[in-house]
Amino acid sequence: MNDVAIEAEGLRKRYGDHQALAGIDLSVPAGTVMGVLGPNGAGKTTAVRILATLLAADEGRAVVAGYDVAKDPQKVRRQIGLAGQYAAVDELLTGRENLVLIGKLHRLGRKGAKARAEELLERFELVEAADRGVKTYSGGMRRRLDLAACLLAEPSVLFLDEPTTGLDLTSRMTLWKTVREQVTGGVTVLLTTQYLEEADHLADRIAVIDKGTVIAEGTPDDLKDKVGGERLEVTVAVRSELAEAARVLSKVAVGEPVVAEEDRRISATIDSGIDTIADAAVALREAGIGVADFAIRRPSLDDVFLSLTGHAGTPTEEKESEA
Amino acid sequence: MSGLAYDTMALTGRHMRHIARVPEKLIGVTVGPIVLVLVFGYLFGSAMQVPGVNYREYIMAGIFTQVMFSAVGTSAAGVSGDLHNGLVDRFRSLPMSRFAVLLGRTVSDLLMTSLSCVVMAVVGALIGWRAHNGVLQAAAGFALLLLLGFTMCWLGALLGLVIRSTEAVNSVAMLLMMPFIFLSNAFVPLNGLPRWLQVIAEWNPISSVVASCRHLWANQGLVTDNAFPTQHPVLVSCVTLGVALIVLVPLTARAYQRAAAR
Repeated sequence: MNDVAIEAEGLRKRYGDHQALAGIDLSVPAGTVMGVLGPNGAGKTTAVRILATLLAADEGRAVVAGYDVAKDPQKVRRQIGLAGQYAAVDELLTGRENLVLIGKLHRLGRKGAKARAEELLERFELVEAADRGVKTYSGGMRRRLDLAACLLAEPSVLFLDEPTTGLDLTSRMTLWKTVREQVTGGVTVLLTTQYLEEADHLADRIAVIDKGTVIAEGTPDDLKDKVGGERLEVTVAVRSELAEAARVLSKVAVGEPVVAEEDRRISATIDSGIDTIADAAVALREAGIGVADFAIRRPSLDDVFLSLTGHAGTPTEEKESEA
Repeated sequence: MSGLAYDTMALTGRHMRHIARVPEKLIGVTVGPIVLVLVFGYLFGSAMQVPGVNYREYIMAGIFTQVMFSAVGTSAAGVSGDLHNGLVDRFRSLPMSRFAVLLGRTVSDLLMTSLSCVVMAVVGALIGWRAHNGVLQAAAGFALLLLLGFTMCWLGALLGLVIRSTEAVNSVAMLLMMPFIFLSNAFVPLNGLPRWLQVIAEWNPISSVVASCRHLWANQGLVTDNAFPTQHPVLVSCVTLGVALIVLVPLTARAYQRAAAR
């Protein structure tokens, strides 16, 4: 078996005059989780669709589970499970019928499909609802059914495209647990997300995508180091005191604080620790500066983008999101 | 090949379950056609005259054909529905036969139209319609109707994939129905039409199928017209429908690849 479960080289895809992918390189070792992070329209979904054989790349090469996605798509499909952005389940069938159908199409045979469906219904706590139409399911239940459907044939590579978008907390936890179980069992997972927190929780490595290219890749810690530590955000009561406040804060901050004139706000990267925060508060009080708001923020996806690209991750509508 | 058959059966099973879950669908393919038979049979039947034949018998072939044609809308709606709910993506990520998705759809819709045929034949028989040329000829007429139905299912699948929007697809199917059904001999003989319009109507494949059924069932009345399609309706129907299928099937398969790869 190959050590690398997903390997992509120079994937490019163009929709009309929109370059969705401008040369994506990815390498995911078997049995690990790769988090693909990026704003809407960055090309995450397009990349997943190419790797899952739904879409042909204009250029580049991708090997999934040892098979070339363009040359051997059918063999790739035997090895993968895909959960798209929306639960792809048949509303008119029951949960059980959905799973049995997918099982049959996976060529598990009637008996095999039924047995496997039963197993997964139990695992995803859908036994009680198994014989109800999916129409009556909640969003979380649909997602769970969707996830069960993509685990039917025990895939060795799992693609999850924004699996927790719009999910309630319980369903999100179930999903996270499932992903961890799968990885423990040797499955390779590629998941896209807009949430740094989620990638942080699940991913061994993170690739940040923007405008169709990978702009950073590394462990969650690598990325956070690039972004820097926590951020202190101070909003002053009177605009005239902004400069003075920035001068005071620069003494406790790492690097120069960033001043947002419009919002009367200063943003400073600080070493984590209660002492630094206390120092900052004391320094402001001693300088006699009126503080309207004083907050500590952890780095968000926006900060990652800001620090990696110098521009905020601007969400743009992309064709791929409607499909 | 066995894989294709297996997947097609699995998907046909899925569509049959849909019918069971949504009684409106079953009503649509049974009660709808019954109403047509009764309305046309009694209402028009009492007002219209076609020389040499009972109009109630004459019109049955037309009603059968119209119901076969309506398979366009059914298949189109089914295909565009699957595109929207993401199931097509799921199917495409499975190691299944891709063609089975289309074949499963058209075969199940064909089964539904066959059910309509049976229901209409029974109701037709109750109000006095008969196929006078024996069982074989009667069966040949139905086989031709089903060939038309199957072709219409593929046309519908193609439209559904190209147009995508379920609402738009419905109106397009209706729009198509107008010229094909009403510019044919389905409900009225063509003798009264201006010459140029008559030629168009005669070559309309719907007219050939209707004429074939009337010929095979001896519901025809007098044929005064000696245009080629009127004289050889079975031959013309088989050729036009065969050609249509040969063109439609690969075109639909290609549209499926494209529609899904977005």
